[in-house]
Amino acid sequence: MTTTTDSAGTGHHPSPLAAFWRDFRRNRGALGGLVFIVIVALAALLAPVVAPHLPDVQDRNAFLVPPVWVAGGDWRYILGTDDVGRDILSRIIWGARLSLSIGAIVVTLSLAIGVLLGLLAGFLGGLFDQGIMRLMDVLMALPSLLLAVAIVAVLGPSLANAMIAIAIVVLPHYVRLTRATVLTELAKDYVTASRIAGAGLWRMMVIVVLPNCLAPLIVQASLGFSSAILDAAALGFLGLGAQPPTPEWGTMLADAKKFVQSGQWWVVTFPGLAILLTVLAFNLLGDGLRDALDPKLKER
Amino acid sequence: MLRYIASRLLVLVPTVLGIVLLAFFLVRQLHGDAVEARSGERGITAEQLAERRHALGLDRPLYEQFGAYLGQLMQGDLGKSYVTQRPVIDEFLELFPATIELSIVAMIFAVVIGLPAGILAALTRGSVLDHGVMGAALAGYSMPIFWWAILLIVLFSNILGLTPVSGRLDVLYYIEPTTGFMLIDTLLSDEPESFWSALRHLILPSVVLGTIPLAVIARMTRSAMLEVLGEDYIRTARAKGLSPFRVVWVHALRNALIPVITVIGLQVGTLLAGAVLTETIFSWPGVGKWLIDAIGRRDFPAVQGGILLIAVTIIAVNLAVDLLYGLINPRIRHQK
Amino acid sequence: MNLRSGTLRTKARRLALATAAATTLLAGLGGPAFAAKTLVYCSEGSPENFNPQLNTTGTSFDAARPVYDRLVDFVPGTTQTRPGLAESWTVSEDGLTYEFKLRRGVKFHTSKTFTPTRDFNADDVLFSFNRMWKNDSPYHGVSGGAYDYFGDMGMNEMLKSIDKVDDYTVRFVLTAPNAPFIANLAMDFATILSAEYADAMLKAGTPEKVDQEPIGTGAFTFVQYQKDAIIRFKAFDAYWAGKPKLDNLVFAITTDASTRWAKLKAGECQVAPYPNPQDIEVMKATPGVVLMQQPGLNVGYLAFNTQKAPFDNKLVRQALSMAIDKAAIIKAVYGAAGQPAVNPIPPTIWSYNKDITDYPYDPEKAKALLAQAQVTLPLETDIWAMPVQRPYNPDAKKVAELIQADLAAVGFKAKIVTYEWGEYRKRCQNGEHQMCQLGWTGDNGDPDNFLYTLLGCDAARPGGGNLAKWCNKEFDDLVRKAQQVPDMAERTKLYEQAQVIFHEEAPWFVIAHSLVSEPVSDKVVNYKLSPLGSHEFKEVDLK
Repeated sequence: MTTTTDSAGTGHHPSPLAAFWRDFRRNRGALGGLVFIVIVALAALLAPVVAPHLPDVQDRNAFLVPPVWVAGGDWRYILGTDDVGRDILSRIIWGARLSLSIGAIVVTLSLAIGVLLGLLAGFLGGLFDQGIMRLMDVLMALPSLLLAVAIVAVLGPSLANAMIAIAIVVLPHYVRLTRATVLTELAKDYVTASRIAGAGLWRMMVIVVLPNCLAPLIVQASLGFSSAILDAAALGFLGLGAQPPTPEWGTMLADAKKFVQSGQWWVVTFPGLAILLTVLAFNLLGDGLRDALDPKLKER
Repeated sequence: MLRYIASRLLVLVPTVLGIVLLAFFLVRQLHGDAVEARSGERGITAEQLAERRHALGLDRPLYEQFGAYLGQLMQGDLGKSYVTQRPVIDEFLELFPATIELSIVAMIFAVVIGLPAGILAALTRGSVLDHGVMGAALAGYSMPIFWWAILLIVLFSNILGLTPVSGRLDVLYYIEPTTGFMLIDTLLSDEPESFWSALRHLILPSVVLGTIPLAVIARMTRSAMLEVLGEDYIRTARAKGLSPFRVVWVHALRNALIPVITVIGLQVGTLLAGAVLTETIFSWPGVGKWLIDAIGRRDFPAVQGGILLIAVTIIAVNLAVDLLYGLINPRIRHQK
Repeated sequence: MNLRSGTLRTKARRLALATAAATTLLAGLGGPAFAAKTLVYCSEGSPENFNPQLNTTGTSFDAARPVYDRLVDFVPGTTQTRPGLAESWTVSEDGLTYEFKLRRGVKFHTSKTFTPTRDFNADDVLFSFNRMWKNDSPYHGVSGGAYDYFGDMGMNEMLKSIDKVDDYTVRFVLTAPNAPFIANLAMDFATILSAEYADAMLKAGTPEKVDQEPIGTGAFTFVQYQKDAIIRFKAFDAYWAGKPKLDNLVFAITTDASTRWAKLKAGECQVAPYPNPQDIEVMKATPGVVLMQQPGLNVGYLAFNTQKAPFDNKLVRQALSMAIDKAAIIKAVYGAAGQPAVNPIPPTIWSYNKDITDYPYDPEKAKALLAQAQVTLPLETDIWAMPVQRPYNPDAKKVAELIQADLAAVGFKAKIVTYEWGEYRKRCQNGEHQMCQLGWTGDNGDPDNFLYTLLGCDAARPGGGNLAKWCNKEFDDLVRKAQQVPDMAERTKLYEQAQVIFHEEAPWFVIAHSLVSEPVSDKVVNYKLSPLGSHEFKEVDLK
């Protein structure tokens, strides 16, 4: 840690991006996470090519085939099949598309709305600020999953509605983060200076203050990716997320739950493993990003 | 201090009002209602439905219903469940101890393992042990707990037969609920050996529920310890020749604990959210499962009342943690 | 709360504990000691309350049944009736007047809040029925005051008067002769409550306690209920038919089917209803477990909305009946818990037409029929799947997925649609679907209860229970005629003929009749599966 700052201080100044990459590369876990995410992303992108089968094709002669390395396994179905003869590996690969999209959409949605509300609250202050913050308090006071379940119950169970529910539930984090940064920045001289220079409200928000909030927001967003995937899987597990036959991992697990007692462990194991590894990868990445982007936040 | 508490309480008033409002209107946006959800294949005629809805007051304008509800709340009445016809508060209080007990035991599990693990990792920074602990913590933090629960049940209950499958107590014990906390009730009963049964029933659910808080606490403890160990006064203490044991366990830990306690407090919300899943999987008779069921049954009073009560609990705990934090660390209070 | 109720009981239990303690400690797990015969039933959910008059779900009926008796009783394991609280009855020639002689010396239970001062008599019968029937009964509005079953069985219109002739004689007068009347009185809603208890609770200002802390004349007294956890009953020593063989009956509420099975395997309960079909094969092979099975009185089906194109065309319905692989559905979803259905009534019901053979699974023939019907393919449609497990369909979503794949092969692109349960049924009854899954569990074992209720023209109106919205004059005439003919042989012929028309017209794709399965510990003696789906323990024993 100390060595890094030293080397940055002496000699030439590397560009911020290069400095970031140098710091990030040092973190093996984060690098591993990134590599895994890239692999999952590629698999998701190339699912039609990579996956041995279509996710919803049922082989009526191959119900509940175990994985290849177990007696009775079949090379056509490397991780086995489910109760209607669908290839589990293919469903997990296609499911990666969903999980990554869930993460991306939820984060984009909550980031966009959260940052906007946070900026407005910070800049406008007064009643607007009070209103927004009390609303966020209300959302924060409810257990996230419970609130998400209630929202989905209102909107109807579907993947899209589950994503909306999760985006609403995580909103307060972004709003609070942005607002806090705005308030800190507003107190600084350069803001006062540009204000005196006659910069408009929007210009101030977008060009002057926002870039300074970026680092913590990026970190929050990368961690938000993993929590979005987890929450969507939890809703799917409760039967409130993606609806079958969609190969969403949590929904697959909910569907497979009933095989726990009858010995078909593979139906239950692999979707859960996929969730765990993907979420783990995003968390590793998030940790690495935080360390590299924002030494102040390190290890928090 | 009193003025500080009063001001904090005052800020909460709009929040609680907001929750009442949100719960009320959210619930009324649900498709279907309790009357329909109850009837089976036979269904219910339009006339019968209208009659029931009228009896429940569901056909009145929303603002009127809300006014009536607020009036009720003012008198401390949360209404009666549509399904069981029992007061919502009674049902909640009957089930709440199970949730609290589970949460507390889960938190104890998380702290008892997480705290030493974090300290150990900090002290052996960069070692295999450190990496192992932090890796495990990150994995725990990334765990889909509903899947984790299934794995643990299969391993410990089905294969090894070490833990009971579900429930709070072996049903052959007859324990009158006095406090609602099974660990206490069993000890008060005339069959104190049933305590062990209650404890064994708590193991798996609390491990599952405690996993994420455990990971958070371990990570937090490690970083807080590292930060404190790098501070000047610790270096001074070391330079003065205090024993390393004293330095770490007395001087460093005391200061490192401050942020850790905050984190523990903040985990209460997470715990209650996790309790929803954990209770569902383990058929644990707590409020999380009850509320999810109530949403499914369109039991409006139960959903409204349950959301309000849980939210108030979380707010109260967060406030208590804040105040406690202020007590431990007076700097915070002066800053405000 | 009686923290230590009855020192005597405590002492007895301590003694039993002392003797058994050694063995359990040796076992190392410190499980509880029990000297008494305790049967644990892993029930599937919490009851709504403990008054069957108010309930509609089997879960709630099961939970109240140990406490109560009715005038007439079902012989366990059958749909036959036998005398209950009524020792005997006579029917007038015109079939309108039923006079019941009540049993003497029947005791009510005693609880912490209530001690009965008199035996069961006619007042209790009058109170129980008037509560449901008469708006002016002081109890009519208590606990929501909805008496669905009473209304659904047509009792409001059927009854003309109920009178107390003397303390042990009650007279029911009907508005029209009705053969199933006696069987109706054996149903749970016709439970007899204690009028004295009701009065006491009304005076105490807590009338709803009658429905929450039940007092009855049944084989077991109610001891304790903890929501979502446990219901506890104790044998009633003074039960009029003799003390039951079990000393204690415990319902361990366990909502998840896999968990119920795991608990049964672990010996945490002795009877576990509603298993996952996936576990049934394993259950058969598990030592110490007896799998009891019985054909269910039900049918699961997919109704084509015959008022919407292209399902208004008989050829299309026949084609789709051939396009769906029923065997695969049975194998994947029902497993050993179901049998493929051919007719709209289960084979256990009289008049089931054995001569009808099912449509074969033949996608090629289906395509040919569709071509003949000049359907433009591909065609967008929907399959509805109910969000809940039902006795006749353990996993409607999975069935929908299978059908979806089959229909795709003949050019029907179906979207799977689902709603919250109440909403789902309402929308299907309004005919908003193209293809809707639902099913039916019989109430009394009469073919009319299926064929007229589910397929008659009356029920085809919007909001009616005929989900195919199918009104076939010929079929309707047959089932209507069968309602009025008293002769069983003639009725049988009419119903058999109706089934032939049903088969030809194919308004439903009939999916399956479930096989009711229940794993039971081999220590359980004399437990019988009920064809009506109830769970009863008063004659059960433990080895």
